[in-house]
Amino acid sequence: MGMIGQHLLNGLMQGTIYGLVAMGFTIFFGVMNVIKFSHGDVLTLGAFGGLVAVWAANALGLSVPLQFIVALCVAMALTAVVGAGISHFLIMPLRNAPPLNMLLMTMMVGTAIREAIRLFFPNGTNPQRFPELLPAGGFNIGPSFFRTDAIILIIAGAASIGAVYWIINHSKFGLAMRAVAEDTETARVMGINFGRIIPLTFALGSITAGFAGMIYALYYSEINYSMGLLLAVIGFTAAIVGGLGNIWGAIIGGYLFAGLQTFVVAAIPSMSDYKNVFAFVLIIVLITWRPTGLLAERGSERV
Amino acid sequence: MGTISKRGLAALAVASVLPLAFGSFSAAFAKDKVKIAFVGPLTGAISPHGIGGRNSAELAVKLMNAEPNTKYEYELVVLDDECKPNVGVQVVTKIASDRSIIAAIPHYCSATAIATVDIFNRFKMPMVVWAAVLPEITYAKKYPEVHRVSGILIGQNRIGAQFMKARGYKKFVSFADSTDYGKSMNKYFTQFTLENGNEILGSFSVPPDQQDLSAELTKIKELNPEVIYFGGLTPLGARLRTQMAKFGINAQLEGNSGIMGDAFVNAAGPELAEGALTFFDSPPLSKMPGGKMFADAYKAAGYSEPPEAYGPFAYVATRLVMETIEKVGPDRAKVTADLGDVKDRPSIVGPVTFDDHGQNITPLTTSYVVQDGKWVVWEESEYVSGKRKLKNLP
Repeated sequence: MGMIGQHLLNGLMQGTIYGLVAMGFTIFFGVMNVIKFSHGDVLTLGAFGGLVAVWAANALGLSVPLQFIVALCVAMALTAVVGAGISHFLIMPLRNAPPLNMLLMTMMVGTAIREAIRLFFPNGTNPQRFPELLPAGGFNIGPSFFRTDAIILIIAGAASIGAVYWIINHSKFGLAMRAVAEDTETARVMGINFGRIIPLTFALGSITAGFAGMIYALYYSEINYSMGLLLAVIGFTAAIVGGLGNIWGAIIGGYLFAGLQTFVVAAIPSMSDYKNVFAFVLIIVLITWRPTGLLAERGSERV
Repeated sequence: MGTISKRGLAALAVASVLPLAFGSFSAAFAKDKVKIAFVGPLTGAISPHGIGGRNSAELAVKLMNAEPNTKYEYELVVLDDECKPNVGVQVVTKIASDRSIIAAIPHYCSATAIATVDIFNRFKMPMVVWAAVLPEITYAKKYPEVHRVSGILIGQNRIGAQFMKARGYKKFVSFADSTDYGKSMNKYFTQFTLENGNEILGSFSVPPDQQDLSAELTKIKELNPEVIYFGGLTPLGARLRTQMAKFGINAQLEGNSGIMGDAFVNAAGPELAEGALTFFDSPPLSKMPGGKMFADAYKAAGYSEPPEAYGPFAYVATRLVMETIEKVGPDRAKVTADLGDVKDRPSIVGPVTFDDHGQNITPLTTSYVVQDGKWVVWEESEYVSGKRKLKNLP
């Protein structure tokens, strides 16, 4: 097991992506009691937006670091607008409808986004090569090889998780968000602009998806129209197992899932084909054991 | 409807006479239309190969229709199997149950072809596989309808194992996709590599659409093989090569017909593809008897996509089907019977001979290496002269 450091790094990388996706699910649920299944496809959209931005920046002759910044900004802005749009035009009008309608609606929005990418992006059915914008190479510690780009991405992912946590718990906007989550009616009476806070909350949750999409694209150098599908299932599972509505739960769930996947391949390489089966089975056991999640949402404090 | 004007009457008269005149005119020249079907992956990650095959089959039909002495005019019905077994079953059922379609030229992907052979047999529709290489497609059952111009993957693995032994490689890791195709590749790789006295340190199997290979590659890095054998198709192969580099794994890549073609070099990039080996059941286009004719005609037809590795085979399969229909007429049973007797039939890839399972036994396995972004025959590459070196040579 000389490669334990390497496996740890792989697990951390994947866990960061899963955790970011799970965090989005948990924000939406915490504030609006919505399970937004289009989240994974918003992530895909962010990555494709980033790709187009890189192409454009490259055509304009910008340097690689600038291309990177442009791509990141475009991905995050695009997902923010789409997330806010979905909440304003689709979720808000349906907020008093049965939760099942909302669930179906977000699934359909996700399918529409996914199919639109497949049909309207040039060669959208094929996987797209994402340019390498981060420094290549890396260094060895013992037998483990640490990719420079992976380390940058893990740090960036962790920083973004920290930033979202700070926004929710220490900013004025976060306070308003928590107030709405706690009790919508009272929050409105207290003068909180409900119609503005909800789209902004969805924008925030979707930005994390855009960020995760960019991390994914930069790490694997390849994106495709259906990549958000499995990520959404895993992210949602991670949010549930951690305790839906609890941010730390989502992050722990994300790392737990990645850890399980990595463990299977490291322990029994010939079983690598079964790593998702193994991880999901263990998650089922966990959910049976703790139906409200590892860190259950505390009744009085949401998000 | 009381009266019809004079002008109206005249128009009616002209209208009724015209088709008579032209009808008899064209009957003297028109040939009966015969439909044949091409099936391949036209969308999805494997589509460069499917589109190359489709263009080549279309070219065969165009050239045949341009010949003055043929009895029939051919129409190619093109269908997309998306390289998915379930979609393949749907589209093949559709064409097989359409009696106006006489024969088919199906499939690039083995996993799809193995799922549809039974349908061709059930509907008694003759077909000639143009690219899939899984042995079981022709050999699992003895269906008279099933034929194949492309080789089978046993030969390429045998030659590959001997080739690697001759270079002095000893330690291998196998990395294959988890479809029937990848499993079969791994099976024959394992058999021939062990027969040659070499060692396999580990075998990995992943779904063809798996993105993250980091866990598998970490394990491979720990095993530290001289060679990574890849048994799968282009997208996974390119992903493997890209992620190998990111993990700093400096092993030699041993591929097979699944990554043969420009698409692999484009997807992995010429720098990373450099030095990748493959064993493919065909000499290069320039060495084929009709290679130059095919290349010129393909260029003249103005296709923007390359024919890829199996384009010439799609051309040959289509041509063979049409030649047979010319000979025995558009009748499924007769076409099936006549295809069974194909022996030393000249074609642009060389003579075609079907054995009693409908398998072409003439393909010549050739070793290739990527050099400056192009697949080059090993014997003609700078790797033989020693100017360039494979990775990890002992």
